[in-house]
Amino acid sequence: MNLVRAVASHRVLRPVISALGTLLGVAVFVFVMLRAIPGNQITAGLGTEAAALTPAQQAALEAYYGLDKPLVTQFFNWLGNIFTGNLGFSSRAQQSVLELTAQSLPVTLELAVFSIVLALLIGIPLGMLSASRPDSPRDAFGQAVGLMGLSIPSFLLATALLAILSATVRFNPNGQAFAYFSEDPLLNLQQMLLPSLVLGFGIAAPIMRTTRTAVLEVRGQDFIRTARAKGVGPRRLQVRHVLKNALVPIVTMTGLQFGYLLGGAVVVEQIFSLPGIGRQVLLGIQQKEYALVQSTVLLIALAFVVVNLLTDLLYRIIDPRVRAE
Amino acid sequence: MIAGRRARRGTAVAVGLSLAGALVLSGCAPAATSTGSAAPSGAAGAGGTLVVGVTSEPDTLFPWKATQFQAVNVLQNIYGTLTEFDKDLNVVPGLAESWDTSSDGLTLTLHLRKGVTFDDGSAFDSADVKFSLDKIKEEATAAVAAASLASVKSVDATDPETVTVHLSAPDAGLLANLGVVNMAMLSSDDTEAALNTTPNGTGPFTLKERKANQSLSLVRNDAYWGDKTKLDGVEFRVIPDESSIVSAMQSGNVQFAVFDDPLVAQTAAAAGLAVAKTPQLSYHVLQLNARKGPLTDVNVRLAMQCAIDRQQVLDTAAAGEGEITGPITSPAFRSDPNSRPCPTRDLTKAAEYLAKAGKPDGVTIKTIVSQGEYSTSVNEAQNLKAQLAEAKITLDLDVLESGAYVDRWIGADFEAAVALNGGRPDPDGAYSRYFTSTGNLNKVAGYSSPELDKLFAEGRQTSDLAKRKEIYTQISNNLEDNAVWIWMFTSYTYTATTSNVTGFTPMANSSLQYLRETAIG
Repeated sequence: MNLVRAVASHRVLRPVISALGTLLGVAVFVFVMLRAIPGNQITAGLGTEAAALTPAQQAALEAYYGLDKPLVTQFFNWLGNIFTGNLGFSSRAQQSVLELTAQSLPVTLELAVFSIVLALLIGIPLGMLSASRPDSPRDAFGQAVGLMGLSIPSFLLATALLAILSATVRFNPNGQAFAYFSEDPLLNLQQMLLPSLVLGFGIAAPIMRTTRTAVLEVRGQDFIRTARAKGVGPRRLQVRHVLKNALVPIVTMTGLQFGYLLGGAVVVEQIFSLPGIGRQVLLGIQQKEYALVQSTVLLIALAFVVVNLLTDLLYRIIDPRVRAE
Repeated sequence: MIAGRRARRGTAVAVGLSLAGALVLSGCAPAATSTGSAAPSGAAGAGGTLVVGVTSEPDTLFPWKATQFQAVNVLQNIYGTLTEFDKDLNVVPGLAESWDTSSDGLTLTLHLRKGVTFDDGSAFDSADVKFSLDKIKEEATAAVAAASLASVKSVDATDPETVTVHLSAPDAGLLANLGVVNMAMLSSDDTEAALNTTPNGTGPFTLKERKANQSLSLVRNDAYWGDKTKLDGVEFRVIPDESSIVSAMQSGNVQFAVFDDPLVAQTAAAAGLAVAKTPQLSYHVLQLNARKGPLTDVNVRLAMQCAIDRQQVLDTAAAGEGEITGPITSPAFRSDPNSRPCPTRDLTKAAEYLAKAGKPDGVTIKTIVSQGEYSTSVNEAQNLKAQLAEAKITLDLDVLESGAYVDRWIGADFEAAVALNGGRPDPDGAYSRYFTSTGNLNKVAGYSSPELDKLFAEGRQTSDLAKRKEIYTQISNNLEDNAVWIWMFTSYTYTATTSNVTGFTPMANSSLQYLRETAIG
């Protein structure tokens, strides 16, 4: 009992244990959900043609895909294999899930980083602009841009951008074969440009709104008045005093959005033909490649957990009050 | 201090701008079709690599199990079959140069083409044919074409260039059945596991490289027995979104794509691409299950078929892009859509049939519809529902995700199903599996009768084309008179090409086999 209590209150152990619990929950959930979807790898591959299978053919295919084993066996086989580094095999791609993920994760990671950087570059200045004079025309402008970011669906913006640029200036790097950064950095950056813009614009909106609210709240506080009375210049006041103290909610929002991006922006990856992790999961679900989906989702969950832990760490760095606790 | 920071920021902006400029500029550069190698192309023609835009990559590279459109299209360019189809879907020689059928129709002798080799260099001979046909028939292989060989009793490799096929009954559809990629000839040394990653065929192209989720590249097979391909290679590039394929064609990165959504085809045409439309063998149908619910009564089925204006379904759901059809869609045997009980919509007759069925107040039919399997399904279902409602027939629509739909369809767990079914060049191949009592899809077809069994058996045993036509007209009429299903229309596929692509012939079975004659300027 004491041991449990000790672990539960331990500064490092507690989050690690809770993260492992989350991951196990995700593993079970995905496993069950996948099997709740009608169909399996046989019907996904053959479609209605599967109706023509004889019982012996059916049995041969079930054995081939490992569907003949009881569910519990399937689950523990998969989970056991994960601990040995075997994440499963995709019969569609004829590659291991580990190899596939090693190709798709960097794409998604790169896209996520670019999108977040763009979102911060748009969102924070816009939020500060809006907050600098609430209910003024510049605030209305900031709010309008934010509203657009929130309400324009990414698939619409993406398709429109691609169609217009292809038709008018024949600019369509995404129509070329995908290039990894290590293969062709210049083409890779071009191919990342439009998708990061689309995603970044969408994410800039919540960041802008969070910034605006946080800045307005901090500005009303006594220490700002004090700083101003001490003669701190307006720019320095905005950055060193206001923004720095408004950072915690902004970091929270950014971490959250970054976590979601690591799950893959499926729609944008589809439209811009990026072979990222979102598409890997989508194809896996369509083909009912259970091990592929389970392992990839687990990895995404792991990434999400890590980002959350890192965000918590960031609080300690930016906010001395958290450190003091 | 402040000035310094500003200066630095200024530089950063300048660098950023010029970088962005460079990116945009190089992106604008005329899209070079990468030919992969600068080596002089063969004597065959201009060479070059054709980039085909596809929405997904093949789900398997094993030809005996491939049913997905993309897989079939890629594999039929890599593998060879004993017979082939010409552009009008007539059976023509393939790996079998010629054949004779014995007078009793029970022996088929195939004379194989000489000097054919597989990609790995090994020679193609009768042992490979025997191996392939035996394996396809074997249930443990789970080959999708196994049932097409039901009439085959045994296969003998008489000598290296001759194969004798012994049949349990004459089978006029067999030669056509041998022409599909699911009947591909494999080397007797090969295994499924090996072929999954390294195809080894006798076709005009060879697999060069596959990048998972990205692309699949073929190169010319210089040892191919037929005319060498004009192209150096073909790259099937995965662009999951169809309108993105159109964009990629506009920017010149992709030169070839096949669409089946009329709206996408319109966008492509509006974007200045050449779009050829080809009528398809596959047909849009309201499948009825005559073994379930009110549909067991032929009068209810006839009432439904009289209450539907097929042209209206076509116009509303598919923008009029298609042709009204009867059961048989193969060009040589095509049914006359006007020889059916109600060629035009007739609500009075529908009411009469309902009264005859003892259901003057109407019936309710549980109908499954797939969402996302093909673009027009839900619209078709809604129009059918609206039309039938005027005849007091209620379609209770169950709109399902495609996996769920396939599950219900396979289990014949429906009273009616809005479906798009694949056609085949030979009417026996297309329908005997549905409508003979022993057919492997008869459970799903929901109907069989001794008359149909007899007619199909006759059709198989007759090799005379004129006589076969007569028999299949009878079959077609029998299906319509009993309102077994409600056949509606066939649609088109749209082959979009950029202006520099020449020599491709689209086919009614949506085959891309004529990539071997395609050139890029």
